[in-house]
Amino acid sequence: MAIDQATVRKIASLARIAITDDEAAAMEGELNGILGWVEQLGEVDVTGVEPMTAVIPNTLRLRDDVVDADPLTGGGRRDDILANAPEPQHGFFGVPKVIE
Amino acid sequence: MTDLTNLTVAEIRDGHRAGDFSAVEVAEAFNANVAAAKALNAFIVETPDRAIEAAKAADSDRAAGTLKPLSGVPIGMKDLFATNGVQTTAASHMLEGFVSRYESTVSQKLWDAGCGMLGKLNLDQFAMGSSNETSYFGNVISPWKRNDGGNAALAPGGSSGGSSAAIAARLCPAATGTDTGGSIRQPAAFTGISGIKPTYGRCSRWGIVAFASSLDQAGPMARDVRDCAIMLENMAGFDPKDATSLDLPVPNWEAALSSDLKGKKVGIPKEYRLEGIDPEIDAMWDAGIAMLKDAGAEVVEISLPHTKYALPTYYIIAPAEASSNLARYDGVRYGLRDLPQGAGLQDMYAATRADGFGPEVKRRIMIGTYVLSAGFYDAYYTQAQKVRALISRDFTAAFETCDVILAPTAPSAAFGLGEKTADPLSMYLNDVFAVPASLAGLPAMSVPAALNREGLPLGLQIIGKAFDEQGVLNAGLAIEERAGFTARAEKWW
Repeated sequence: MAIDQATVRKIASLARIAITDDEAAAMEGELNGILGWVEQLGEVDVTGVEPMTAVIPNTLRLRDDVVDADPLTGGGRRDDILANAPEPQHGFFGVPKVIE
Repeated sequence: MTDLTNLTVAEIRDGHRAGDFSAVEVAEAFNANVAAAKALNAFIVETPDRAIEAAKAADSDRAAGTLKPLSGVPIGMKDLFATNGVQTTAASHMLEGFVSRYESTVSQKLWDAGCGMLGKLNLDQFAMGSSNETSYFGNVISPWKRNDGGNAALAPGGSSGGSSAAIAARLCPAATGTDTGGSIRQPAAFTGISGIKPTYGRCSRWGIVAFASSLDQAGPMARDVRDCAIMLENMAGFDPKDATSLDLPVPNWEAALSSDLKGKKVGIPKEYRLEGIDPEIDAMWDAGIAMLKDAGAEVVEISLPHTKYALPTYYIIAPAEASSNLARYDGVRYGLRDLPQGAGLQDMYAATRADGFGPEVKRRIMIGTYVLSAGFYDAYYTQAQKVRALISRDFTAAFETCDVILAPTAPSAAFGLGEKTADPLSMYLNDVFAVPASLAGLPAMSVPAALNREGLPLGLQIIGKAFDEQGVLNAGLAIEERAGFTARAEKWW
């Protein structure tokens, strides 16, 4: 199905990417080209085929129910986590005001 | 003394162990090559001090008799692996200046094995690309030139193009790569080196900037098959921090290397004989078949009937996963923030992501967002996941009649920078032979097999059964021994 520029803007908004009118015009052609090409998958008979969710058989492991079981991925690392944030404030991620 | 930068990983390891040279001498030699090769743009960040520091430790360990498996070997690290205290960007503006406070599992394993780091290698932005032309830090230039006297700058392949160029130009003896749809194998083929993508789950993905999580897999790139085996042994292994990590012992691949293929069956997929392909690629493939027969293998024709659907399947699944993985880059938690005057939170997200992502990354996020959106999810994404199951079944059926599969790595030799950038689809088609094994999670490697009429390397690909890296490495070794590929890029940089 063909994508028009309004749809391109809608996708960009869902993807949280600002685009200009020129970019929307260029992407209209590119996305139509790529999506038109992938639509050939519609011709494959997939009757009775389950969608693949794991490429190599593996069982999901559950972590032990222990606080800070792993010192690297557990808690107590606020400064490390905030170290690369653009505007940390008072030990939190800072964002522009979201309430009036 | 011989030029230490011409030595392989095995030769450096063994020579250092024997006291033929010090690790510091090795590190200094490679540091000098790195510093003199700016024209290739293979590194985003150079870390000569880290290389020297590890070399000093290696020399003390030798004196103390406490050598590690890779003591004295300096390597390049693809800038997709988080390295504690050294910038990690995934070649994006979004992560420019991001200095992680943790170390990826794979890189930590290599440092624990005694390796030193020469620097962080350039790549396609967020590993999205097949030519290394999408990096925010500029194109990597292949050390190879065509022999037509035209001097055109060639692609080193992608996404691990900094890794492939650096190894081919002797800036490092080995490097890490990651492969989502061929990003280790295709650049290895383009630059006349070797590289292996192991079975999905062999190497931990913890601390690797995620592109498409059901496909991404780290692997080594090096000059020969033995070095790939050595590096992989020191990168692979169970990691409880990655839920997809395989809880299996790491085999001693180097010790079990053998190019005797008696009793082995090599499958030749008839669907890979593409119409209109460069006859030199088919000729190389036929030569590879003869080499494996010479090594004692029996050659059988196999069928992978869903091959033609692999690329479109990949270009739904990979962007879908990318759109989800890259949602984390929002201007709040990492790196870049673009906050227009008076903007609210939503505008900040949109402006940051518009500024921080390059065109190819945006294109893929947009495709991924579309195929996952309400109303299209089943038509695109679910359908692709079902076709992926069929592609995987094709391989399972083929491996009932053969042990490994032989195919070309890429449909052409390296192309010129800029030759394919105008048409995303023609760029995607470059991964036609590499993507099926990625979708099926299988181990696959590329080894250099020949030079084409333009004097450029061509690679052969070996695909193995899940968990059978040994079979892949052994067939690769058989080709390596017979192809006698010794060509290297003439130094111009």
